[in-house]
Amino acid sequence: MRQYPDMSFEDRMDTVDFEVGQRPHITVDSDICRSCTTKECVHACPAKLFVPTGDGGILFNYEQCFECGTCYQICNKAGAITWTYPDGGHGVVFRKG
Amino acid sequence: MPEKSSVDAVVVGAGPAGASAALELARAGRSVILLERGPFPGAKNVYGGVVYGRVLDEVLPGWWEDAPVQRWVTRRSTMMMTPTQALTIDFRTEDWGNAPYNGMTTYRADFDAWLAGKAVDAGAQLVTSTVATELLRDAAGRVVGVRTDRPDGDIRAELVIACDGVNSFLAKQAGLLPQTDAEQHTLGVKETLALPRKTIEERFGLSGDDGADFEILGCTGDISGGGFLYTNRDTVSVGVVLSLTGLAKSGRRPEEVLADLKAHPAIAPYLRGAELKEYSAHLIPEGGYRSMPPLTTDGLLVAGDAAAMCLAAGIWLEGVNFAIGSGLAAGRTAAEAIATGETSRLTGYRKRLEDNFVLTDHKNLQGAAHLVLSERVQQQYPRLLCDFAQEVFTVRNPEPKPGLGKLFRRTAARHGVRLRQLAADAWAGFRIFG
Repeated sequence: MRQYPDMSFEDRMDTVDFEVGQRPHITVDSDICRSCTTKECVHACPAKLFVPTGDGGILFNYEQCFECGTCYQICNKAGAITWTYPDGGHGVVFRKG
Repeated sequence: MPEKSSVDAVVVGAGPAGASAALELARAGRSVILLERGPFPGAKNVYGGVVYGRVLDEVLPGWWEDAPVQRWVTRRSTMMMTPTQALTIDFRTEDWGNAPYNGMTTYRADFDAWLAGKAVDAGAQLVTSTVATELLRDAAGRVVGVRTDRPDGDIRAELVIACDGVNSFLAKQAGLLPQTDAEQHTLGVKETLALPRKTIEERFGLSGDDGADFEILGCTGDISGGGFLYTNRDTVSVGVVLSLTGLAKSGRRPEEVLADLKAHPAIAPYLRGAELKEYSAHLIPEGGYRSMPPLTTDGLLVAGDAAAMCLAAGIWLEGVNFAIGSGLAAGRTAAEAIATGETSRLTGYRKRLEDNFVLTDHKNLQGAAHLVLSERVQQQYPRLLCDFAQEVFTVRNPEPKPGLGKLFRRTAARHGVRLRQLAADAWAGFRIFG
């Protein structure tokens, strides 16, 4: 198994600017997630925003979202992930995209 | 922002498509609001390599004089790799380092802001930090403006041009795009890494403002996709592009796939000692012509990524130029329609795109995405070609040199590649690219 020692994920995310808004622009319905066995959002999200909980639900954070849309595109469970854009002026600010 | 303003047109999204549409409308003397949800144009955008600016010649003559260029691409490499091998076709030309230039690397925060500035110079009103949350319609269902997330933020307009990117919620709301369509999208993840300018020039064999762009096939393991590495002035950008369905199935994390590419023996020496400046990700609408939505509905035109106008066709990987091309066409169509009062008849837009490179290229290359993302092109052929190259260049004295044909057949057999299938793919490729 290859190791990925180059840096911690937290340090990686620290390279990105965010204007964090008050309103969570992602919401997750953990009741629906509990019936999902694959939970693709957990590994596919490039910002690692989704974390499985002990009871089969999903804990999420919206603050460091790249606004890419991967999570809702690959989610198999209708209604599990509600995804919009952050309010105007908020969210990710890429400087070197 | 004026409350309940009424303008000729509102353009949503100040990326290359939106800025171009607003530029054309403003130049035609129309009042136009250019809405941007980020704090500045480009704040939400990420790209994977090269901006081809030729499409700007007509509207911004001499654009290269003041465009925010990092480097002019004079070295272009296509690399096929396995975990331990790489076979590269490496091309360079001095011609691309002189005006009118071929392609540039840039930061989208700079480029998009520069292009939107041209629209503002022409008279467009740029409104940042504002999300268009929904389409406004009249009793007959015609689109007559957008609602924004500002208080009293409705904007009434004769026409709306949606340039709101790959996740276009306006096109989805209009029923033009499906709510989700994972099969037609890839995820690009990118690292921008700092290196001293001199080090970049030494490692990539560059001087002055010259730049390099590598496109890579076979670097994404079991997930269909590809990779890229390109140079900026004092950073390099390296990334992978991953099929969403492949990524979902793989159980792998995107930055780990990227870490494998960075550690590859053909890539690692370019990046040694580099420091991460920014990690980024963005979706790419790679489905091409066959996944494009209807481009207009009553009162609405769609351009750029919102209309799936990214070209991912193996040796051609382009998007910003298609965004600009479609934005200009949408802006011209809208200006004409407003001038004649025929804002319901927007068929001229599609005609314009069919008459220029935007839909011509997409139509001609419509089978490319399917072929390029096939298991054979992704996995088998890079392995076959790398092994064939290794066999050709391995010297086995005193055993005499084998004939290349025999070597190729032997290598193909070892990889389980049937020559008939290879011929069929070559023919398909010829029909697509020829």
